[in-house]
Amino acid sequence: MIKFIKRFYVALILLIMYAPVAVLMVFSFNDSKLPIWKGFTFKWYENLANDMSIQQSFVYTIIIAVVSSLIATAIGTLAAMGIHQMKGYKRNLMLNITYIPLLSPDIVIGISLMMLFNVLHIPFGLPTLIISHITFSTPYVILSIMPKLKQMNFNVYEAALDLGATPWYAFRKVILPEIMPGVIAGLFIAFTLSIDDFVVSFFNTGAGVDTLPIKIYAMARKGLTQQLMPFQQLCL
Amino acid sequence: MNKKSLAYPYVIWAGIFIIVPLLLIVYFSFFVDGQFTFQNYTKFMEDYYIKAMGKSISLAFISTTICLLLAYPLAMVLNGKDISNRGVILLLIILPMWMNSLLRTYAWANLLENNGVINNVLAALNLPTVKFLYGDGGVIFGMVYNFFPFMVLPIYNALAKIDKGLIEAAYDLGANDITTFRKVILPLSMPGVVTGIIMVFMPALTTFLITRLLGGGKVMLIGNIIEEQFTRTGDLGFGSAVSMILMIIVLITLAFMSRKGTLDEEGGLF
Repeated sequence: MIKFIKRFYVALILLIMYAPVAVLMVFSFNDSKLPIWKGFTFKWYENLANDMSIQQSFVYTIIIAVVSSLIATAIGTLAAMGIHQMKGYKRNLMLNITYIPLLSPDIVIGISLMMLFNVLHIPFGLPTLIISHITFSTPYVILSIMPKLKQMNFNVYEAALDLGATPWYAFRKVILPEIMPGVIAGLFIAFTLSIDDFVVSFFNTGAGVDTLPIKIYAMARKGLTQQLMPFQQLCL
Repeated sequence: MNKKSLAYPYVIWAGIFIIVPLLLIVYFSFFVDGQFTFQNYTKFMEDYYIKAMGKSISLAFISTTICLLLAYPLAMVLNGKDISNRGVILLLIILPMWMNSLLRTYAWANLLENNGVINNVLAALNLPTVKFLYGDGGVIFGMVYNFFPFMVLPIYNALAKIDKGLIEAAYDLGANDITTFRKVILPLSMPGVVTGIIMVFMPALTTFLITRLLGGGKVMLIGNIIEEQFTRTGDLGFGSAVSMILMIIVLITLAFMSRKGTLDEEGGLF
């Protein structure tokens, strides 16, 4: 009996979590603007495929995610190794600064960057979006690499130098393989955060440069329900 | 080779894009046209804004509580031995975290709308329709739905880490189920609970999106007020002041919570 209740509870929560996704999946094939079944159609998907602005925002989302996550990973990997070498107050200061974007609300990150770009007269557009995405994802990269550095034995690196390896060669052959899982995880987190971000992008985008989340938000506010439904399925 | 220098690109980046923007918020909240003033902060003392702040905190608190009450039993069940395919279920619970939260919120808005799917079904069955959306209830629902996985995961991780020997020892020493839970399981899972509370309370406190989509513009939370200052009224000073106040509340909450547990490895977030 208790076993049944437990299973029922898990099933119920999963049902609530996935019910809207499932229902919308069905209705994305519905040939009617109202949520009443009228017949099977692909027309919402065709609309989506034919809408240039949506394709454009998709391309922007991918460009921003790829560029920002690669740069964030590069900066973050170097920073993690640098911070790892630091001692005392410098190290604490850098770690605390790294925690700021993690702990401050998205909306504050968004508006503070927006004000910076305003003050510096940087026109809003692709560059501002990429910069803001790098800014909020680099700390995640650093924090996913730091534990790996902590685990590794630096004597091995020094041994490599003693045996005549150049610093770059020793880095590639000794340090990099050790921290690689952290680097990959960081890259993955940065990429996902970038694709999924709405709030920061919302404040730092310029005219004509929409990412998918911004596009979806704009469509949702206009009440373009039906056009949105195929998105659900594509994002799954 | 001085390897500290590797951090310099990041130091410069963090200086320009993390520190300076925060200083700008501080500056704009205190200076209007180059004059030092508290007017942005005194404006916040108006009834309307204080109420919005109170409402933000109470809605975030309610949804965090609901998340906790739903997630703790779930995490315990998943950690127990009665569930065979726990890996799959855990994956299903985490999976929505990778879906766009906008779309998930919007999906529910679609179902719950006044002429949405659920009400259509009710109408077809000749039952009275229900007004789910465009009020506090809808917003709380959206928060719980959106942030629920962030509560389950840390609690599950904390529970899974508990040494089963301790629980068996408690039983051997004559404790019953309730005592064991109260004296062994609950205290040992506290780091996970604290992490979960932070992970739900923070985004719930600052959201402006869920309110927009599920509150129908009738519920004004602190996030909405900040957003409005920057996108519509253009009152940067006041918007900065509200952001400062929000940051202070966040910091106080974090300080308060981290005294009760730690955000580090124990919390099981990373």
